[in-house]
Amino acid sequence: MTQYLLSIYQPDGPIPEPEVLEKIMRELNAVNDEMRASGVWVFGAGLHPPETSTVVKASGGDVLVTDGPYTEGKEHLGGFTVIEAEDLDAALHWARKVAKVLDPLAIEVRPSQS
Amino acid sequence: MFRAEHGRAVAVLTRIFGDLEIAEDAVQDAFAAAVEKWPETGVPPSPAGWIITTAKNRAIDRLRREDKREDRQAQAALLHAQGEPEEVGAVYDEQLRLLFTCCHPALALNVRVALTLRMLGGLTTTEIARAFLVPEPTMAQRLVRAKTKIRAAGIPYRVPYEADLPERVRGVLAVVYLIFNEGYAASSGDTLVRDDLALEAIRLGRVLVDLMPDEPEAVGLLALMLLQHSRREARVDADGSLIRLKDQDRARWDSDLITEGQDLVRRCLRRNRPGPYQLQAAINAVHSDPPPTDWTQILQLYNHLLTLDPTPVVALHRAVALAEVEGPAAALTVVDALNLDTYYLFHAIRADLLTRLNRRTEARAAYQTARHLTDNAAEQRFLEARAAAT
Repeated sequence: MTQYLLSIYQPDGPIPEPEVLEKIMRELNAVNDEMRASGVWVFGAGLHPPETSTVVKASGGDVLVTDGPYTEGKEHLGGFTVIEAEDLDAALHWARKVAKVLDPLAIEVRPSQS
Repeated sequence: MFRAEHGRAVAVLTRIFGDLEIAEDAVQDAFAAAVEKWPETGVPPSPAGWIITTAKNRAIDRLRREDKREDRQAQAALLHAQGEPEEVGAVYDEQLRLLFTCCHPALALNVRVALTLRMLGGLTTTEIARAFLVPEPTMAQRLVRAKTKIRAAGIPYRVPYEADLPERVRGVLAVVYLIFNEGYAASSGDTLVRDDLALEAIRLGRVLVDLMPDEPEAVGLLALMLLQHSRREARVDADGSLIRLKDQDRARWDSDLITEGQDLVRRCLRRNRPGPYQLQAAINAVHSDPPPTDWTQILQLYNHLLTLDPTPVVALHRAVALAEVEGPAAALTVVDALNLDTYYLFHAIRADLLTRLNRRTEARAAYQTARHLTDNAAEQRFLEARAAAT
């Protein structure tokens, strides 16, 4: 079994209207429940927008704290789920379900080393 | 012997050790041992069995040495090997699994092609690099990265889930056809036909038909490749310039390949589950019939193909048949509506239709545009000659 990180990439800027968002969240929760019921769900969370993040970085002996986000760009990590799956095909099966709910957001599936 | 056995041996060893790289190294060792030993001892009664057994023993020896150094990968592979049954059965199933691994959509398309040629085709990294005009270290690195990804990301060695199967089968067929096309009409370089790649694709096509007897598209793909390959000798003239189908010397077509291809077309169409490869094969089968060409039938087949595969490229090829049935003016109207401005064949076909409509200045310009959009020397020479004659 391998743990896979499912990263949800989200374009910066306005989020969908409340009624649209509510439907998405309901469907996403349903997929998460299905993951829990199948025993693949490990951990997951939706994140606040990238402007709320803070970057901590050591340089020489000093540790500098700055306003985030760390990476430039028009898209940032909007949320993630860690699942435990038998192989990539099994992980992709779940990633597909998430992608359908979050259409058109991209889901990056990445194996963990442990 | 080598290429056919390589794929089988790598497939079996991958099953035993659960790792593509270990399997590949072991099979390479075993073939090297065969080259050394067989001239003295003679070829063993079952060469394939000898290769697999030798590869397995050598891999276990090597892994035990690495295991002593507490190599995690070696430990995992040894453990996997102990859990696997001894018998070497169902080799076909194992090849199919390996094929699905090599053609996994999580790998980039050019990587799928290279891996399939390496693992199932038994081509060396040098041969693959040469075939795709890539420096050898680049190709070697591409293959190493692919194997690392397969291991780390857990791309499985198994037949895909039922729900994913149609898409994954299409993916495998596409990789084999891509290999064929690279051999048939090399996208760049000086020879139009690179027989070795085309022949390897046909060999893989035969394996696919064996592995997936219930998939008519696999039969369709094999038929399509055989029929196209039957014309290889007639496709270029002595100067290396392309010869159009209608100008080819039919005596130089390979009649055995045509017979086999046409039989396969009939066999798969009887199943009444037509798909894009079967229809393209059927179109080629009609072209292979003695003249005069039945353009009405070809147009009907293209109409059907366009409903299954509604892409501008199919519409462009259909327009060629339309020109024969309804005339060049009707075809030009269809062609001009297509958004294929960067495709050389779009301009070449437009040029031909314009020539037939006596619009020579436009035709010449279209031939020149086409000429600048292809890197294939045979096609370039053909288009230059056409432009000069228009």
